[in-house]
Amino acid sequence: MTNNDSFVSLVDVSKHFGSVVAVDHLSFTIDSGEFFSLLGPSGCGKTTVLRMLGGFESPTTGEIYVDSAPMSEVPPHHRPTNMVFQNYAIFPHLNVRANIAYGLRYDKIEKAEVTRRVEEALEMVKLPGFGERRSNELSGGQRQRVALARALIKRPKVLLLDEPLGALDKKLREEMQLELRALQESVGITFIFVTHDQEEALTLSTRIAVMARGKALQVASPKDLYNRPVSVEVADFIGQMNFVEAQVIDVRNGEAVLDTGGLGKITAPANSDFVHKDAAIIVAIRPEKLLLSAERWPESQAAVQGTLKTSAYLGDRNYFYVSVDGCEKPLAVAATEAEVSGEQPLDHESTVWLSWADNALILLPRD
Amino acid sequence: MNEVAYIDRPNRPLYFYAILYLAFLYIPVLFLPLFSFNDNIYIAFPLKGFTTQWYVTMFNDQPMWAALNNSLRVACVSSAIATLLGLFGAKAVTRYRIPGVKPIIFVIMLPMVVPLIIMGVALLILVTRLGFNLSLYTIAMAHVLISVPFAMATLMSRFEGFDPSMEEASSDLGAGPWSTFWRVTLPMVAPGVLASFLLCFTISFDEFIMAFFLGGTDPTLPIFIWGQLRFPQRLPGVLALGSLILVISFVLVFFSLWLRRLGVEDTKSGI
Repeated sequence: MTNNDSFVSLVDVSKHFGSVVAVDHLSFTIDSGEFFSLLGPSGCGKTTVLRMLGGFESPTTGEIYVDSAPMSEVPPHHRPTNMVFQNYAIFPHLNVRANIAYGLRYDKIEKAEVTRRVEEALEMVKLPGFGERRSNELSGGQRQRVALARALIKRPKVLLLDEPLGALDKKLREEMQLELRALQESVGITFIFVTHDQEEALTLSTRIAVMARGKALQVASPKDLYNRPVSVEVADFIGQMNFVEAQVIDVRNGEAVLDTGGLGKITAPANSDFVHKDAAIIVAIRPEKLLLSAERWPESQAAVQGTLKTSAYLGDRNYFYVSVDGCEKPLAVAATEAEVSGEQPLDHESTVWLSWADNALILLPRD
Repeated sequence: MNEVAYIDRPNRPLYFYAILYLAFLYIPVLFLPLFSFNDNIYIAFPLKGFTTQWYVTMFNDQPMWAALNNSLRVACVSSAIATLLGLFGAKAVTRYRIPGVKPIIFVIMLPMVVPLIIMGVALLILVTRLGFNLSLYTIAMAHVLISVPFAMATLMSRFEGFDPSMEEASSDLGAGPWSTFWRVTLPMVAPGVLASFLLCFTISFDEFIMAFFLGGTDPTLPIFIWGQLRFPQRLPGVLALGSLILVISFVLVFFSLWLRRLGVEDTKSGI
């Protein structure tokens, strides 16, 4: 074993398909035992990264290291990685038992040991007694479990998962998310998980790489990604966000004084280099960090007046859209059922106040 | 009101047309078994009486058995080779990124549309220029050439119907290329391989032009039958033989179609 800090690392990896650049000078490292997600819209290159890790594509430039060993010359069947394919790729001509045992033949394991490990794997994915079934006798969720067992029985150093939950319905998907997380913690194997579902990535991962156009926009923990996005693009992709253009008037003692068209003159914590005097920036704030009220809250808080345009009821919360003079788009405000119920109902087109805490504001560079 | 959906409404002229069409297609063929049981050496109405003597003469016809034997050997060898070539060719064009794959497929499929007589003459010139003796081998080679497009078509549809991630999963689990081929690829395309073999077999078995141009002294069955037509007294025996071949080839074709469908359903549910 070597340095634990970079169990898997991509060093300046690019992949071109003809003239299409699928992955563009990508570099990041993954620690041992992490649940690492590659998150991005379709076509962002996340699956290509996973396929390069598995050995099904080779990088045009750059190198991938797994446990300090360079991978580019290693064919898929000699890599210490195993993959759960998007459509599970369960061999239809073999039963579940033979599917799971498939890879053990190459590990030179005794017959009795194979039988024992297959039973153990069936147990682990909660499919005992399913050994004799064929893939066409399994449901989507069961196939996914077989694919997991088939990969994990090889005891890989890294498990690659290509949107394994995409084909399942919502209820089953949420159930499998919890199971997958528990499974990863119990086996302690590094998981690299590809998804386009930001909620899924936030739920499962220890860290997430947000990808677009073959690049990693940000690599961070779910919390940091949500609370400290580094760009408008990331902030927009993860959850909902309000954006307001602003001009920096002054920076002093870590506080920036900003002139925003709609929100007036406000202050916010200045935490990055790009926030300097006269810089044009973007101020972002999450809908749940805005407070909606009929009357203005105490003077000390930052607040702005607006007109309530529409609202959307989502069961566990409400979304209100408030248009503010000088802001291009109405601002979204989220309030839980409990927060709303105390107030008297607000009519559309009524005048309302929005208030916020200075440290809820996120300053982002303008692209 | 008419309760029946528009598409399901009976259409008399169309029924009539369909019956006429089927009659046109099959009545000539049905004359074969009919006259093969007729107790008359001449093929003419009215029918005289029922007999199985033509089948008896056929079974005692030694040259006919020799020709049948030749045909079976040529068909087995040529369809095995064509299917093998088709298998590798179909895997190559469906699985690998090959520049100019469309023109390659086009060239492979071309023998399907080149008139056989042209191909026969061309091959005859080639084979004699190269100094080969005309024999069953040259016929078999020609049959490989004309059946490869059919083998390719059958196997390509089979390969396209099965997900390449199956093969990737196999290599991911530790199987090398050969192991993947034997343990995943071949079992999954097996119904296609059998269908292709049967199709190529029937193509070779009743092929005349190539066998005529490229045959030596050993005739294949079609050539033998053609030779028999000069002797009226042999004709009823040929009819008996023809009827038998008819029955066997129907069985084979139905079997291969059934296999093909069986295979398709298998892969669909497998994904």
